[in-house]
Amino acid sequence: MDRRWLLWVPLVVFAFIAGWFIYGLAVPQDKLIRSAMVGQKLPGFALPPATTGAVGFAASELADGKPRLLNIFASWCIPCRAEAPQLEMLKAAGVEIDGVAVRDRPEDVAAFLTEYGNPYRRIGADQTMRVQLMLGSSGVPETYVIGGDGTILYQHIGDIRDEHVPVLLQKLQEAG
Amino acid sequence: MIAEAGLAALWLAAAMALLQMVGGFAQLGARGTELGAVVKPAAIVQGVLCLFAFGALMRLFWITDLSVLLVANNSHIDKPAIFKLAATWGNHEGSMLLWVTVLALSGAAIALFEKRLDAKTLLTTLAVQGFLALGFFAFLLFSSNPFERLMPSPPSGAGLNPLLQDLGLAFHPPTLYFGYVGLSVAFSFAVGALLTGKVGPVFARAMRPWVLAAWIFLTLGITAGSYWAYYELGWGGWWFWDPVENASLMPWLAATALLHSVSVLATRNALRAWTIMLALVAFAMSMAGTFLVRSGILTSVHAFAVDPERGAFILALLMLYVGGAFALFALRIGSVKQGEPFAIVSREGAIVANNILLSVILGVVLVGTLFPLFAEAMGNKISVGAPYFNKATTPIALLIMLALLIGPMLRWRRDDEARVRKIVVVPLFAAIVTLVILVIVAPEAGVSPILGLGFAAALAIAAWLPLFGRKLRLTPLPIFGMVIAHFGLAVSVAGMAAESGFSSETLAAMTPGESRTVAGWTVKLRDVRPVAGDNWVAVEGDMLASRDGESVEIKPQSRQFFTPEQQTSEAALLTRWDGQLYAVIAQPNVANDTRWQVRLWWKPFVSFIWVGGCLVALGGLIALLGRMFRRAKKPAQNKWAS
Repeated sequence: MDRRWLLWVPLVVFAFIAGWFIYGLAVPQDKLIRSAMVGQKLPGFALPPATTGAVGFAASELADGKPRLLNIFASWCIPCRAEAPQLEMLKAAGVEIDGVAVRDRPEDVAAFLTEYGNPYRRIGADQTMRVQLMLGSSGVPETYVIGGDGTILYQHIGDIRDEHVPVLLQKLQEAG
Repeated sequence: MIAEAGLAALWLAAAMALLQMVGGFAQLGARGTELGAVVKPAAIVQGVLCLFAFGALMRLFWITDLSVLLVANNSHIDKPAIFKLAATWGNHEGSMLLWVTVLALSGAAIALFEKRLDAKTLLTTLAVQGFLALGFFAFLLFSSNPFERLMPSPPSGAGLNPLLQDLGLAFHPPTLYFGYVGLSVAFSFAVGALLTGKVGPVFARAMRPWVLAAWIFLTLGITAGSYWAYYELGWGGWWFWDPVENASLMPWLAATALLHSVSVLATRNALRAWTIMLALVAFAMSMAGTFLVRSGILTSVHAFAVDPERGAFILALLMLYVGGAFALFALRIGSVKQGEPFAIVSREGAIVANNILLSVILGVVLVGTLFPLFAEAMGNKISVGAPYFNKATTPIALLIMLALLIGPMLRWRRDDEARVRKIVVVPLFAAIVTLVILVIVAPEAGVSPILGLGFAAALAIAAWLPLFGRKLRLTPLPIFGMVIAHFGLAVSVAGMAAESGFSSETLAAMTPGESRTVAGWTVKLRDVRPVAGDNWVAVEGDMLASRDGESVEIKPQSRQFFTPEQQTSEAALLTRWDGQLYAVIAQPNVANDTRWQVRLWWKPFVSFIWVGGCLVALGGLIALLGRMFRRAKKPAQNKWAS
């Protein structure tokens, strides 16, 4: 058997790798890390209240038949301040928003709510970022649309700007 | 003025490279022999011009000429003098200039010193070298000009990445560069020999010292880089399987395989096509590594000067050179005659086994390094971490060590299996004793560390066996080199196994006055105080480490640099014969906390890793000296002498 063709294998392998390199250069990387949890049920968790006067919650309480937003924020996070007015707009539109305060202190959360307003129905404290990781979130702020049955339907990465409000409202409407 | 002179020298050097290439390829034709005469002088002049250009850039950094863009971006008037010089190559443009300079100097060295190779192959090799250089000159002059001026010039400069502001930087990258670019010489030799069809022992003997030299630099560069990451990054690890680390490991693996197969070609006239292939792959890996580092298509802590446009340029060069060489290989290697046959149980057989195993590790590392890129194209974001690499490479590395127990003692061409069985008794006994002791004493260390230590013990003995029964004064230096390099590998593997299996760690929040213990050491945090350097301030932990009545002060720091602003951690290392105490201090987690975060490690025999690495390089150096020394005498005559 003529095995000459074997001599071309290195070139073919190289061409294959070079092709991937070209692809890697040509297609800019997606710097956002999408959660793998979208489309799945909420993982089980229970969060204590993030500050005095707030109410903590468990994952099961989010599946009460009504679609809602789950907002991951922190008092030390600057974009979270920027999205506060948009959260207020959503609340005014009748949306129920639950908050998860990541790596925060009760007094700081209280000061944050006093200064930027409190759009939240309940606020849980996630001291160790465990719940944040369980949701597949890689940063703050992030906002999730949770279906009435407790399914994660949509993930919004970064602060909510004016143009995102209708998108979130529509997603909530689609959820029923 | 200096900058303009440097730039002019670069353009002239590029012209020389062109001359070298045209002359060298022309003499391959029937009537072009006159042009062949310009090749060697052109190579030498090119080397001198590049050296001048690099000297000019160093001078600009030395006097901190801020009207030069590169200096303004990467240096600062307050920077310590040694780091001003090191900043010359601590950036994209400067490091590419260093790359080209080394390339040109290697060309000049071939022109001046290579006497064994036939004239035609030598001139063709130089032509290929000129062709390579030309591409990099184009890259330098068109997209990474190091001498670009900045108008108006800034008052102070932007500074150098503080992580790089370390003596390690002064030596680690240039050493690696000598290695990477040195492999270009092997590449040029291989392509030259493919073009003239003269692949044989003479060619192998001519190429061997170059491969050896490049390999020594790579070994040292990787060893130094590993130690630098170990003490500067403050994570306590010595290898992170970062894409850039892998980019240096892959050419080393290919070069190691090449080093062994080239010996077979030189002594036994076998493995012709394989040796040529390895020479091409080794340099391909160097270039691919450069591409990965510079293009930013993989995320890495090392990636500096990330720029897709430059990435595209390097990729174009990579495809031109490596693609061209592989195509040439496929077309021409058929004309190279089949080498001499050999039995499986023979030195050649053992070296083939070593080559296959090294190639498998190379493949494993390559796949792991590129996998995130493939996955991304498929729409997944996946990173391949240390667990994959450790799991996949450890068994193969252990197999290589097994082959090493026997291989160097085997005779060329064919050996007697009964004789082999007799030789391996002692090292196998050592391995079994070590394994049994470890399994009884420390079964919790894990399978790989225990096997690693057992095999290392065996290899530490087996490495010396090739000297057994020889008259030491008559033994050629390369044999000593081989013995020391293999012993060094055993030492290094022992260090890796001990570190991964037997390290202890303590993480604590401490207030001054408190003590913590780790593996027999008691460390007391006596005080924390501020200290200041040329362009940084730091908090320094004043600690007292004691064990068995011995007490030593150690002072880890957490440094804050100003230009650019960045925090680095300076670990305090206390080296003892049986390991290292590694201490890191960090700022309190939250404000108003009076406790300092302190991390203590005891890493048994960890320094063996780098001592072993240095021994491997030393072995290479001894072998190289042996080859160069023998060059003065008459080369050994055998039936393949011509």
